Amino acid sequence: MLRFSTTKIVATLAVIVIGLALAVPSFFSADQRKAFVSSLPGWFPTWIVPTRAIVLGLDLQGGSQIVLEVDRNDLTRTMAQQLRDDVRGALRAEAIQADGGIQLTPRGVQLRIGDAANRARALPKLRALSQPVTDAVLGQTGANTLDIKEDPNGTIRLDFTDAGLNARVRRAVSQAIEVVRRRVDLGGTTEPSIQQQGADRILVQVPGLQDPQRLEEQLGKTAKLEFRMLADSPSGDVDMLPSRDSNGQRVPVERRVMADGADLTDAQPGFDSKSNEPIVNFKFNLRGAQRFGQATSENVGRPMAIVLDNEVVSAPRILQPITGGQGQISGRFTVQQANDLSVLLRAGALPAKLTIIERRTVGPGLGRDSIEAGKMATLVATVLVVVLMFATYGIFGLFANIALLVHVGLILGLMSVLEATMTLPGIAGIVLTIGTAVDSNVLIYERVREEVRAGRSIPSALQAGFDRAFATIIDSNSTMAIAAIILFFMGSGPVRGFAVVFILGILTTVITAVTLTRMMIALWYQRFRPKVLPI
Amino acid sequence: MRLLRLWPDESHFDFMRLRRFSFPLSALLSIATVVLFVTIGLNFGIDFKGGTLVELRPKAGATADVGAVRHTANGFGFGETEVQEYGQGSISVRFPLQAGGETGQTLVMQKAHAAFDADYTFERVETVGPRVSGELVQSGTIGVVLSVVAVLMYLWFRFERELALGAIVGTLHDIVLTVGLFVITRIEFNMTSIAAILTIVGYSLNETVVVFDRTRELMRRYKTMPTVELLNLSINSTMSRTVMTATSTALSLVALVLFGGEAIKGFSVVMLVGVVLCTYSAIFISTPFLIYIGLQGHSNRSPGRDEDAALKHAAE
Repeated sequence: MLRFSTTKIVATLAVIVIGLALAVPSFFSADQRKAFVSSLPGWFPTWIVPTRAIVLGLDLQGGSQIVLEVDRNDLTRTMAQQLRDDVRGALRAEAIQADGGIQLTPRGVQLRIGDAANRARALPKLRALSQPVTDAVLGQTGANTLDIKEDPNGTIRLDFTDAGLNARVRRAVSQAIEVVRRRVDLGGTTEPSIQQQGADRILVQVPGLQDPQRLEEQLGKTAKLEFRMLADSPSGDVDMLPSRDSNGQRVPVERRVMADGADLTDAQPGFDSKSNEPIVNFKFNLRGAQRFGQATSENVGRPMAIVLDNEVVSAPRILQPITGGQGQISGRFTVQQANDLSVLLRAGALPAKLTIIERRTVGPGLGRDSIEAGKMATLVATVLVVVLMFATYGIFGLFANIALLVHVGLILGLMSVLEATMTLPGIAGIVLTIGTAVDSNVLIYERVREEVRAGRSIPSALQAGFDRAFATIIDSNSTMAIAAIILFFMGSGPVRGFAVVFILGILTTVITAVTLTRMMIALWYQRFRPKVLPI
Repeated sequence: MRLLRLWPDESHFDFMRLRRFSFPLSALLSIATVVLFVTIGLNFGIDFKGGTLVELRPKAGATADVGAVRHTANGFGFGETEVQEYGQGSISVRFPLQAGGETGQTLVMQKAHAAFDADYTFERVETVGPRVSGELVQSGTIGVVLSVVAVLMYLWFRFERELALGAIVGTLHDIVLTVGLFVITRIEFNMTSIAAILTIVGYSLNETVVVFDRTRELMRRYKTMPTVELLNLSINSTMSRTVMTATSTALSLVALVLFGGEAIKGFSVVMLVGVVLCTYSAIFISTPFLIYIGLQGHSNRSPGRDEDAALKHAAE
């Protein structure tokens, strides 16, 4: 134990120096780090400079985290409406009438064809609507999208299969992620993180956001834009929709969609040249321009409803055919509203409604306070423990204290390299680690003292102390590791930060408390050869 | 230099005797915990209960008026709303979970913003819907159960059956009393509390393992020493380390309680009490428990022929 070869010393020091150097970038801002790297002379190998840093969690830097869930019911309803249109089209092609129309059910549609001959003709066409479920990951799954059942009394039920629904939810989630990303990006927020969580959820994290409410409003809207004709009176093919113009009163709108937001190529906020009211200017692609042109030509003089998420935003009268594929949406917007709407239209519509199921926002002021409190607690804990160790073990306590500081430095170094997230519980973990890390040293020192009391010589007592305490150190760290690893896997967000600190702390203890302390004591003993151990 | 000694070098304290007090005391506290847990229950935070939590900080020039905020918040008609002073000059408002599923919570935020935006900034907003809170309860429970199972496995591989049993009794004791602490102090029980409990599991085991490592070593050395004497020796010889580590851990936690800020105060307080609890249970519960189940391969009553023990005492 008291012989430490030069190679071993160099290796130990190298590990420690590298580990500590890795922590350095975390003490500087991203800009400062970049400035430092670019200020280096050209011949200097920049890859050698550590640049990775600890990421501050949203609870420390301030920001918003929102978990959105694709609304399965809403998606199923949309799919059912689509299916109804498809069924209607299929029947029309065969010139068959369903008795009493086609009804929506919670899982699809149902209809009744009383006439057996007609039913026999219709069924293959309806069966053709059911397609094999394909999956990006699994490929052909062998399942079909629809489950078609026929009652003896002539009722036909078309239900979505679980496989079909799940595939659709998966597709909806990946589409929604794209739309959400575009909306957040266009909204001008910096460094958002958007990722899928579980089967049907999206986790949106936006650091340093000033106005989380606005973000929520933007993400919560489906932004389905439709151009439909205003009807004269309620009838079969007419929806009654609330209108912004008449303060939420419902107005009749034809069900047929002349053109929709999917064909938009651009949308920009602007001002109306006459009234100076904020508006949104939009531009169609070729297909949209054609459809829009045709619709406006056929309906000159009639009001056209601009419908956004089933609300009539405005219903201007068509004064002349609009064939250029450009137009404007007015609707008593504020500048902000016009701006937001143009962002929504550019980003596209969501495939289904997204529901906010969890939201956590921390203001930047609170985050700063937490960092300050964390620094203070770390400092005070360090001072208290360092004083206790020095008062109890003298020079050996000093060794332990050096090991302790290196230990904290190494945790930060490892976290930097892993670009791990530091959270408030993570800081608590560091502070707690300061208290528990010296346990290994205490175990060793107390054992050494016992061995000295039992009459051993100093070198042999030191040897026995380290050897015998080692098994216990491994045992006691393993027990802590068990708890920390479980916490890591089941914990979320901030709590996970705590687990990370703890797990890394257990790893570095072995380096610092065992190897580093041992080396310091060995070198010290070789240099001074004391007759009595000062502990 | 005269060095600090928190515990005397040579101690021959009869810790095992005190089991006459510690066992009934712990049994009583455990039963009380179970009763209180069932009757009063935990003060679940929004992680597990769902709902909305906002922390309001008065804008420059304004002062926090808890009474006014309480009055306004209760006027919303969202049910039992808790309004408290929080940290330095801030106010925390906790709205219960609203009906209407995941979307029902949005209205709470709209009303809160409308009422408080003028005088306060929203420093923290947390909304947890019914589904997420249900999942968090599930993963929290799984975590605690899993950790106990993992600990059992570890002990099973690492220790003889009796020692493992003693350690698990101590760990369960600490979990139960920590939960009791949450019930009595009304400290909010949330995800961080689960972290505290798991850390306490780790620490509790750590304390027991250090003593039992020594017990095992002494069992090999003094094959015929009476169990009680052997256990007392195990504790006495590890006591200076136990006191030292408990003190350093407690000191760092005191720093956390005093300076760590309001958000983790609950965690820090529970951990601080937990450290004391773990130290107590290792000495007064886990170890004396071994007297009742006996140590395998170790004679329990052979006070007469104890040459090893005599040898040991002679060596001192």
